[in-house]
Amino acid sequence: MTDQQTTYQDKACEGIASPTLQTNLSKLQDRFGKGAMKYWAEMDDQQMRDRVKSSRMNTLEHLDIVISELAKNIRKRGGHVYFAESSEDACHYTLEVAKTHNVKTVVKGKSMLSAEIGIDPVLEENNIEVVETDLGEYIIQQAGDEPSHIIAPCIHLNRENIGRLFESKLGIDYTDDPPTLAMAARKALRKKLLSAEMGLTGCNLACAETGQISLVSNEGNIRMSTTMPKVHVALMGMERVVATFEEHRETLQLLTRGAALQKLSTYVSFLGGPSSGNDPDGPAEFHLIIIDNGRSKILASDEFKEVLACIRCGACLNICPVYGKIGGHAYNATYSGPIGAVVTPLLEGINKHADLCKGETLCGACLDICPVRNDLPRMLSELRYKLAYGDNTWNVRQHNIKESYLFSGWKRLVTSSFLYRNMIKAGRLLQLPFVKESPAENNSPQETRVTLSGIAKGWTRDRDLPPIAKQTFTEIWQKKYANRQQNSQVDQPVSSADSQQKEHANE
Amino acid sequence: MAREKVTLFIQCLVDTMFPEAGVAMLTTFDRLGIDYDYPIEQTCCGQPAYNSGYRKEALAAARHFIEIFENSEIIVCPSGSCVHMVRHHYRLLFKEDPAMLARAMEVGDKTFELTEYLVDHLGVTDVGATYQTTVTYHDSCHLSSGLGITRQPRLLLDHIEGLELIEMDNSDTCCGFGGTFSVNYPDISTAMVDEKIENILATGADIVTGCDVSCLMNIGGRLSRRGEKVKAVHIAELLAGRAGGAQ
Repeated sequence: MTDQQTTYQDKACEGIASPTLQTNLSKLQDRFGKGAMKYWAEMDDQQMRDRVKSSRMNTLEHLDIVISELAKNIRKRGGHVYFAESSEDACHYTLEVAKTHNVKTVVKGKSMLSAEIGIDPVLEENNIEVVETDLGEYIIQQAGDEPSHIIAPCIHLNRENIGRLFESKLGIDYTDDPPTLAMAARKALRKKLLSAEMGLTGCNLACAETGQISLVSNEGNIRMSTTMPKVHVALMGMERVVATFEEHRETLQLLTRGAALQKLSTYVSFLGGPSSGNDPDGPAEFHLIIIDNGRSKILASDEFKEVLACIRCGACLNICPVYGKIGGHAYNATYSGPIGAVVTPLLEGINKHADLCKGETLCGACLDICPVRNDLPRMLSELRYKLAYGDNTWNVRQHNIKESYLFSGWKRLVTSSFLYRNMIKAGRLLQLPFVKESPAENNSPQETRVTLSGIAKGWTRDRDLPPIAKQTFTEIWQKKYANRQQNSQVDQPVSSADSQQKEHANE
Repeated sequence: MAREKVTLFIQCLVDTMFPEAGVAMLTTFDRLGIDYDYPIEQTCCGQPAYNSGYRKEALAAARHFIEIFENSEIIVCPSGSCVHMVRHHYRLLFKEDPAMLARAMEVGDKTFELTEYLVDHLGVTDVGATYQTTVTYHDSCHLSSGLGITRQPRLLLDHIEGLELIEMDNSDTCCGFGGTFSVNYPDISTAMVDEKIENILATGADIVTGCDVSCLMNIGGRLSRRGEKVKAVHIAELLAGRAGGAQ
């Protein structure tokens, strides 16, 4: 708990202190976050999001049947389908496929799931070169860095950073001209794409009815990674399937709108098996690995099943005010932002990622922007509930004993108005040593302030806190209002001057 | 006209730290001829515990609240987040207890936020206030996102004589308060409130207002620490047309 807290807080501070990150996130949220909200508000078909959500939830109810249908249809076309229970299982299978085909180089098309299961180091330990082909991910890989956004992985870097990186890694002259940098990457990547024996991708959506997976991209790298090498291995989270092609159409539209305000991404690849006589383009062998890695457990829980409706568009990152300040690295996990704050603890441990459960304001912006209206604030609240008392199903230990004592004391106060009122009176006395007059030269609106210590000192470190009022509202009520003559109608405006004399709380 | 008697739900922060907002609400009610009462047994709606995951404690607070308020005709509160708690979260707390659930839903359905009560329930947009000042409005999250209240406070502000409303950028972005969040994650919270303050300052307004003292306590506390001249004032005080106007 302590380690993780240090990590979250420390990495958050690093993000806050980075001018590049702050500028880039602000631009990103201004454009894509606001843009998506505007689009949702103005789109003609106002039922679409609810319809897709309901089809997502319906598919989750019958996931076993829908996945069987998908597997059956892909196998019919000569593709291989493997069900991996864990990340180890998925990595092992991928490695075996690579070894069978004597693979020396794997080209990857950006996949969050590949990071979740940790496939890169497994391949590299077996002397297989792994090359990211998504430009952002390629930059991250060259820098030995971690992605900081689900769809914009190098949002924390600027073109000067990338210019210096390419200068040292690709041996080109320094430039910060984006087209020149993109061409340099393209040149380096083309070589890899032409020589790699295996392509490794994720899966944005799979459609059971047609027996195909779909991948969206804007750079064309996915198309090359999936069709040029002789083997294509696609990693798919088991929830990422839709039943019918009609559902697929609508879900895909929400995905590209949510992700980057696009009606459709530049490329959408439909892949359903190896090349064949009448369909000569494509790999000689196609493998789909359908991965559980903790998802069954989420599927079985009433509280969290909804999170599997997520289509990983990343829209919640584009509006979250916390993510907008701290950036993706603070989450210290594959998935960042609001979706990461819910899904990471569920996949990797709620205690381990307690900070992700508690480190948001529950403002609700993620719920408003989510194309499928996933109620992430509700799920964060469920996670906090488990941390508050511990939970056997999810192997959660009570997170913070001190806090739990505090709230049981609080409960006594708020259920007894006698104790509550007296505690306020006591607090008014006890606060006296901590109440400070504001400096005279300070033109601040508050005349007095309190400085807190102990667990609450985080509040007054950067802010002033007004003291408990000399008379609470209840005390004013009892003195001035409780026995008033009801109700002399005063129907004309009261001027400021009049009302100023009427009552002042701190008189 | 015959109106229900309002039962005042004065949230704990207004009661203990910002009583002037509660008193201002009464000034407005008096002016509009609204009858009201205040059960002094009220404490806290349970929101701090609920948001931190302490549902058993929140449930105890909710039960206390329901017992006090269930016989009211209509309940009005100068805080969006507390109304959100009572209206939307009580029913989650009691979902396993049908008898309490029915009581919770009944109380939730008759609990209104101040500006919502005035505009939607009474149909009042001009409360007859005068306040010579420039104001910018902060949309607190649970009010705007949770209750969908964005239009009502602006309508009321627009009708205050002498008051000029200047909208800020990103008025509906969270101020970074988040209850215990601001205590546990002060660095993130401060970064968020500083951005809010930059947007407030850019308007040049003298006052930032809103319908939740918790957000205003956060924004005001930071404004004060930074030595800014802008004041954070609850909307009830503007509607009362009271202290602070440059008249």
